[in-house]
Amino acid sequence: MVYDILIVGAGVCGGMIARELSKYDLRVCLLEKANDVAAGASKANSGIIHGGYDPEPGTLKQKLNTEGVKLLFEAAEELSVPYLRNGSMVCAFSEYEEEQLRELYSRGISNGVQGLKLLSGDEARALESNLSQSVTLALHVPEAGIICPYKLTIAAVGNAMDNGVTLMRNFEVTSIKHKDGFFGLTSSAGDWVSGKYLINCAGGYSGKIAAMAGDDSIEIIPRAGEYMLLDRSEGKTVSHTIFRAPSKEGKGILVSPTADGNLLLGPTAVRVDTPDSTETTREGLAAVIRSVKESVPTVDLSKVITSFTGVRASHMDGDFIIAQSKLVKNLVNVAAIDSPGLTACAAIARYVTDILDSMGVKLCAKPDWNGKREDTEAFSKLTDEQKDAVIKKDPAYGRIICRCEGITEGEIRHALRKNPPALDMDGVKRRSRSGMGRCQGGFCAPYVMKLIAEEQGIKLEEVTKNGGGSKMLTGRI
Amino acid sequence: MKNHDIVIIGGGPAGMAAAAAAFDRGVRDVVIIDREEHPGGVLKQCIHNGFGLHKLGRELTGPEYADVYVRMIRERGIKVYSDTMVTSISEDKTVTATSTGGILKIRAKAVVLAMGCRERSRGALNISGTRPAGVYSAGTAQKLINCDGYMVGKRVVILGSGDIGLIMARRMTLQGAKVEAVCEILPYSGGLTRNIVQCLEDYGIPLYLSTTVAEIHGRERLEGVTVAQVDASRTPIESTKRYIPCDTLLLSCGLIPENELTQAAGIDIDRVTGGAVVDQFRQTSREGVFACGNVLQVHDLVDHVSDEAETAGIAAADYVLGKNTDAPCIETRAGEGVRYVLPQRVRLTGDSVSLYLRVREPQSNVRMVVKNGGRVIKTFPRLKVAPGEMEKLEVPVGLTSGDGDSLTVSVEVQK
Repeated sequence: MVYDILIVGAGVCGGMIARELSKYDLRVCLLEKANDVAAGASKANSGIIHGGYDPEPGTLKQKLNTEGVKLLFEAAEELSVPYLRNGSMVCAFSEYEEEQLRELYSRGISNGVQGLKLLSGDEARALESNLSQSVTLALHVPEAGIICPYKLTIAAVGNAMDNGVTLMRNFEVTSIKHKDGFFGLTSSAGDWVSGKYLINCAGGYSGKIAAMAGDDSIEIIPRAGEYMLLDRSEGKTVSHTIFRAPSKEGKGILVSPTADGNLLLGPTAVRVDTPDSTETTREGLAAVIRSVKESVPTVDLSKVITSFTGVRASHMDGDFIIAQSKLVKNLVNVAAIDSPGLTACAAIARYVTDILDSMGVKLCAKPDWNGKREDTEAFSKLTDEQKDAVIKKDPAYGRIICRCEGITEGEIRHALRKNPPALDMDGVKRRSRSGMGRCQGGFCAPYVMKLIAEEQGIKLEEVTKNGGGSKMLTGRI
Repeated sequence: MKNHDIVIIGGGPAGMAAAAAAFDRGVRDVVIIDREEHPGGVLKQCIHNGFGLHKLGRELTGPEYADVYVRMIRERGIKVYSDTMVTSISEDKTVTATSTGGILKIRAKAVVLAMGCRERSRGALNISGTRPAGVYSAGTAQKLINCDGYMVGKRVVILGSGDIGLIMARRMTLQGAKVEAVCEILPYSGGLTRNIVQCLEDYGIPLYLSTTVAEIHGRERLEGVTVAQVDASRTPIESTKRYIPCDTLLLSCGLIPENELTQAAGIDIDRVTGGAVVDQFRQTSREGVFACGNVLQVHDLVDHVSDEAETAGIAAADYVLGKNTDAPCIETRAGEGVRYVLPQRVRLTGDSVSLYLRVREPQSNVRMVVKNGGRVIKTFPRLKVAPGEMEKLEVPVGLTSGDGDSLTVSVEVQK
């Protein structure tokens, strides 16, 4: 089949663009090199919905951040993705940083951010009792929020699929031919797909994908950020997202609750060799701890349940690159989407659609498009009586597999069936939260492996952690 | 809503022993709630021998030891709600559980907590590096091999010399895997001496003390680990770093009592043991709620779990029968060289009380000194003590009352 639109990269931008385009009568194919969507930066970032005080006025970041907040909250509602409007505080510890905050404050006002307020250290501590005594000034951003970035991506792709978009996983693009008005993409596995328009949402590899298509103008600078995640017992240490004053490298190391109720610490900002440099380092985690101890000294580091690294796709200019390629016809680059990319993703999807419109793509709205996605976490929110009724119909909802998060077999099977179905252990974890708790899969992994094998009709030895060669077992005894 | 006299949460060795003891004490309406399909808990996957020497006078495998207690509860007609997981305990001791039959609610007169423990995960250890497949906690690997019949890897490094790690070193070897090393960050092993001899030395598996896994390598499946000696602050020493190729890393770095349920019920937790604060009858800060086994303190031997569970089971029965005591209590304290003392409170009743404790570090020729206030009330000479081997001191209760308000146990080097 020849597609109208090929999207390379099923991260949060690719996913949201696919969903936006699924509104129209177009044949859309979303290509992803990994075994699951949200496999890159979209699974490992701060999950912050930024108020919009930070971007320089007149930049694409500023425009799409400001437009994006409202659109993102709307999309999260429609897609039943957990989010919280918890507000954020940017903290200053010195006169220099106080000056920075005042600058951010006036920039925020001119960017149209609502409700901004400068608080004295004591006023800030009145709102956030665990904040360090050394905080002298804080910028309060009540509009800011938090969202689970990979759940948003999964939901966006799932909803796009429900509306007719094709998802091809394990499609690592190795060559792009552009001939007679069609792009032909070949994968490392030898698969081939073709389409009229190409949208490059390849994150850290967007420079490489653009170059394969003939546009060598994009140079991505991968910058790693290390994080630590704490048990849900610590999720209430702070209620706001606590930022430090920003630096050139990023918005600094934050302390934030997550939309799922954990506590997140990080990220660092270190330039790395490749977008795959997702290892954590002793130095990086030590830097996170140092900073966190300064801003919120009561954080209980004995409650860390996991640490991870995300790699941002940054660019020298500092702004997003979202435009029709000047060098290759019918190629749209969506590149250098670092912070506030998550906040902007719904606005980016609209913006890209407008670009396609201006390029002559016919956008005929589908009358039967349904932007709503059922709440995959609905079961956990039911009352005991309602749960009882569900279990009576399907006893799998009465068997708790993940003890830490209380996730049942029914919910795991659901994650293995619903678009885009989980194919591996990490996929189940991100969809159902099974294995996401304090024991990190110690108890549930053997059971989850069996459910994956059963649902997919494969041998237990074939079950992987995250596709490819990441097999969990080496064979039978 | 159902009603039962005693509800026991957990069908492992602690839960089963508590149930049988409560029944024998005269309370017939005892039920066990177990989240697994079959009772026995973690013993089901412990197919090695060494269980029961102290308690039963014979050496059994884990499943055999469990079977002794499964038979005991069957003979007594004690009901086990299987595949049922308790999600909350209310103040009035209503236990809510999720089961394949629906949501279960039971109003209990007494509750015994026997949920066991879990293993410390990689995340909690903050080992840096990548996150490939092939990194397992030792118990998870043990389940996959012994219960499911699958191998988790061929070339193995084990971090942590706790008993499960040692047992798994031997198990993997017997199954044809090559165990390259067991690394222990401390200058001594946390495992039982007999396990070091029988599981490592007998198979020529090297144990590296004061050594840790500093980095994990590999994108998809584990490809190797960097190990390094550590300095006094447990920081890896750069110059000692070396790479060991392996496809599997097993973690045996400590067990954590599973007390989320206990905490949510508002019961006091001891930060050192990770379990509830109890008196010598194993009653928690909530009247009528008792705790025993690894949910209370991590034991080395299942035999001691059974003993402790019998104490809790008998006390729960006495509580239901109205025979419990409300004698005044004094606190116990961990003194010099002692990490914790359990029970945390001693009720001044009965002839004697057993104090269980763990020392901070291995020492030879010491005496354990029990003091009430400033007065020494009993001393116990010991040729050797080690954190991996729990100490039990029998102290006469008559001597504990008097001038002080607390019992302190400390380790003193013999002169």
